[in-house]
Amino acid sequence: MKALCWEGVSDIRYQTVPDPKIEHGRDAIVKVSSTAICGSDLHLFNGFIPGMEAGDVIGHEFMGEVMEVGKDNKKLKVGDRVVVPFTICCGECEQCLSSNFSVCERSNRNKGLAEKVFGHSPAGLFGYTHLTGGYPGGQAEYVRVPYADVAPIKVPSSLTDDQVLFLSDIFPTGWQAAVQCDIQPTDTVAVWGAGPVGQFCIRSAVLLGAKKIVAIDRLDDRLSMAKAGGADEIINFEKEDVFERLKDLTDGNGPEKCIDAVGLEAHATASFDSVIDRAKQALMLESDRPHVLRQMIMACRPAGVLSVPGVYGGFIDHMPMGAFMNKALTMRTGQTHVSRWSDDLLRRIEEGQIDPSFVITHKVSLEEGPEMYKTFREKSHGCVKVVMQPGGVN
Amino acid sequence: MLMIKAVARAMDYIPSSSDKSARNLARRLGWFSVALGALQLAAPHRFARALDFRGGEPVIAAFGVREIATGVGLLAARDPAPFVWGRVAGDALDLVALANGFFDSRRRGVVLLALGSVAAVTAVDLICAQTLSADNKRRDDTPPDYADRTGLPKAVDQMRGVAAMNGQMPRGMRAVPWNAHAGEART
Repeated sequence: MKALCWEGVSDIRYQTVPDPKIEHGRDAIVKVSSTAICGSDLHLFNGFIPGMEAGDVIGHEFMGEVMEVGKDNKKLKVGDRVVVPFTICCGECEQCLSSNFSVCERSNRNKGLAEKVFGHSPAGLFGYTHLTGGYPGGQAEYVRVPYADVAPIKVPSSLTDDQVLFLSDIFPTGWQAAVQCDIQPTDTVAVWGAGPVGQFCIRSAVLLGAKKIVAIDRLDDRLSMAKAGGADEIINFEKEDVFERLKDLTDGNGPEKCIDAVGLEAHATASFDSVIDRAKQALMLESDRPHVLRQMIMACRPAGVLSVPGVYGGFIDHMPMGAFMNKALTMRTGQTHVSRWSDDLLRRIEEGQIDPSFVITHKVSLEEGPEMYKTFREKSHGCVKVVMQPGGVN
Repeated sequence: MLMIKAVARAMDYIPSSSDKSARNLARRLGWFSVALGALQLAAPHRFARALDFRGGEPVIAAFGVREIATGVGLLAARDPAPFVWGRVAGDALDLVALANGFFDSRRRGVVLLALGSVAAVTAVDLICAQTLSADNKRRDDTPPDYADRTGLPKAVDQMRGVAAMNGQMPRGMRAVPWNAHAGEART
């Protein structure tokens, strides 16, 4: 079959790889109908996530038709149309039973490796680093789905791929980021990053009833999309002082809830600390660029909540821990417990509360994937979200 | 206290400049180039002595001219990207020259320090050059207006709060509201 493979930094190739096979009774094989490039795929593309190997099939946002089912899988049958959450979970361990699906204790087959880096292992992920299992991903014609009797979401034929594909990651990720802020009707929510996850954070904050939402980015096209979806105020961080503007917008208090939808690749030249971080990254003295975390800690109202859906991979320097501690802030993070939200969010799409397809700006064949990685990285041509379809666009 | 504030500002935790673009960084690099070049041109013997590069004065002065030319270009150009890439090339020359003189120098510690400093500056130049090139590419596009991409079926104000949790938060995701229950934390 054909798939997009990581062959090195800035090197994604469309090439032939072996077809996946059922390896366990609970597995399923899914023929991919739609798959998307995630912002966290860019961290792989740019070489900031350790544990990648040449030839790895990437991609963790995908959906399609079930082609084959293992003998022990009682949930799925051939022909089912499913969206596959990016976090792989067994459904039986203590964490899964507590709905903490993204830290499933059994699905990471490279648990030992992850424990060396993270202390304890998170769940296995599709198409990501070998630290999280190194499972072949969904930017391919076919995918083997382990524990396929737990997470895959059966979707009705009345909904299009574009409407439901993002249940795999960015919609529940934006939703969880907003939910874990415990938004009150009096809250101002500031969202750093108006990329795809930031867009879903904004719409989720609207649905959850935030009083005021502030979107922070530097690209006018993304800020216009943020405003359309409910951002009451926008801040272009290249033109305005974020800290001062947030104070102005909140009577000097700072936003009660802050969301980091940027992660480890904060814009490299917009602030002195980011330039230093980027230089240290190049010299392998620091793995992540945590400018947004630093700024959130300084900007957030005391006793506020910082929510971090943005991906971090390793180690960061110069965190203002004094401000974090003395301001009594709470930080909530984590890969998304997708299955915790799947039923609820599918219902909201079916009821028409939200149509996630708004975020798609580019739709191409899988073959065009390598070029689209560059477009997405450069954010050129108004690129916010790329959807790819094996065999050509329908 | 003042010192803490100054450090915080320097690290841009509390940014004070309103122009955060790569073009602004390029301008700063331009001034840095001019200043460094002027020093190299005015006192090449001091650099040569510090590094123990005997007879290296003419090369250092020539590098100074290069720095000034690049800096002036950076400050004057409408598009600074080519000049920042020029700085990257100049950094490579500096690194080669320093590495070349390393084994003959009796002040290898100073040469190593210089190598580290140039490597750090090279990283900054490279980041700036890459960002400017990406910005230029994006500027060639007509930025689309996504004002119609709401994703919501009704006006934002009509959708606000339709999924409000009303206190039914999932475990471990609750916060204490400021005003809803003054003096009483939710359980």
